[in-house]
Amino acid sequence: MKPFTYERAHSPAEAAAAAARTPGAKFVAGGTNLLDLMKLQIETPTHLIDVNGLALDQIKTTPEEGLRIGALVRNTDLAADPRVRRDYGLLSRALLAGASGQLRNQATTAGNLLQRTRCPYFYDTNQPCNKREPGSGCSAIGGFTRQHAVVGVSEACIATHPSDMAVALRALDATVETIRPDGTTRSIPIANFHRLPGDSPHIETVLERGELITAITLPKPLGGKQIYRKVRDRASYAFALVSVAAIVQRDGRGRVALGGVAHKPWRVEAAEAEMPRGAKAITAQLLAGATPTHDNAFKVPLVERTLGAVLTEAKG
Amino acid sequence: MKSPSDLDLSRRDLLVGTAASLAVTAPPSVANAQASADGSQAAAVEVPSISKVSFTVNGLAHELELDTRTTLLDALREHLHLTGSKKGCDQGQCGACTVIVEGRRISSCLTLAVMHEGRTITTIEGLGTPDNLHPMQAAFVEHDGYQCGYCTPGQICSAVAVLDEIKAGIPSHVTADLNTQLQVTTAELRERMSGNICRCGAYSNIVEAITEVAGRQG
Repeated sequence: MKPFTYERAHSPAEAAAAAARTPGAKFVAGGTNLLDLMKLQIETPTHLIDVNGLALDQIKTTPEEGLRIGALVRNTDLAADPRVRRDYGLLSRALLAGASGQLRNQATTAGNLLQRTRCPYFYDTNQPCNKREPGSGCSAIGGFTRQHAVVGVSEACIATHPSDMAVALRALDATVETIRPDGTTRSIPIANFHRLPGDSPHIETVLERGELITAITLPKPLGGKQIYRKVRDRASYAFALVSVAAIVQRDGRGRVALGGVAHKPWRVEAAEAEMPRGAKAITAQLLAGATPTHDNAFKVPLVERTLGAVLTEAKG
Repeated sequence: MKSPSDLDLSRRDLLVGTAASLAVTAPPSVANAQASADGSQAAAVEVPSISKVSFTVNGLAHELELDTRTTLLDALREHLHLTGSKKGCDQGQCGACTVIVEGRRISSCLTLAVMHEGRTITTIEGLGTPDNLHPMQAAFVEHDGYQCGYCTPGQICSAVAVLDEIKAGIPSHVTADLNTQLQVTTAELRERMSGNICRCGAYSNIVEAITEVAGRQG
């Protein structure tokens, strides 16, 4: 690990201002992904701003009858919150499908959104990677790509976003609340929060320098059957090959988002018009234009079958 | 047998030594002096940053001055000589470093010691002693919940916290209904313990040990 100086922030505004004025600064909350990457010198911050002391660990009901989830709410606490379990079961399920008990106790809501890809070439500092070293090339393209993205990819990067939680938040139309170094705040729809790789895969979100996530808000409960189905190589503690987050209403309408297939949680609202027609019709639109590799072509039929199983479960 | 505090630094320890031990042998002032002695290398010399942290481990208060890079695991093992917590993968995948902080199990390798100011930490050494085993330790012995024993401190810390999590009503991936009372089942224990890897494959005995303790706790 490279040396770094350390400070504990005392307010969100102060943390954001400190991050903007200190070169090489990064926020640390749970640290489960950042520390791992720092040990490998994939992340090399020269200053860490510990935000754990900020009072951002509450879940509150909003005037719109939704929920405002503090950025520091741990994944365990979010999944276990009675309101989340009752009204946003999709979110509980997605969180519980991710990581291990130990990691969920540490990892935060905001940190989960900001975790980096687990592409093995991103992790291997001996290999070129446009995400790790912009302009160096992509070792995954032409490499071993079983875990990689099939849709929304670019010639610079075919990595996936690893979060389960983010897939549920995409289906739920969550909003990311932030504070900027100048003290102003903004609300970013989750749909716009993560970026596709394009020619700058090292820029993964629309956050500006020093901008700090303070909360995630959920709109009023949507009801319906909420199902998160994750398909992976082990029954527990593994990243998704494919995951499906679905909200299905009694009349068969609803929403679908996918994990494990793209650089961001993948949702195509137009595809949801096909919900009453079944998994094949939805998948055709969801994954239209998909460019799988030889290694991960299985993900396209796997999405269709997993979605089919989810829709069947929703009817039961 | 030497006590843990008498541990000598072997050549291997020095080679694989943590940043923290480096700080002891080369304090910042020395590193700075070296940097200024050879200006051409000044930019390449990385000066460790030292920070203070206070926390309670197994009932004892400690105040440490640490290289900020020191993980909680390294602070426990290398500075407090509590070598029960093990370094397996050092990247949060194996669970050998599991300790209990403020009642919650965490991977001590993926958190910095300085992030735990004022916290209360329990390691395997704080759960029981050879003469007075924690019920979970006794159950692991009785059910042969290990072979080599390397993962065992992490397994036991995790298992103790798992039963507390079930009591607290925290659901898991295999919980059928998110809105009903939780049961201690084999499926629940296996899912909840999936962050603790046992290369000897003692899993079925580990589940039996935890099940027995859960049964006694009612």
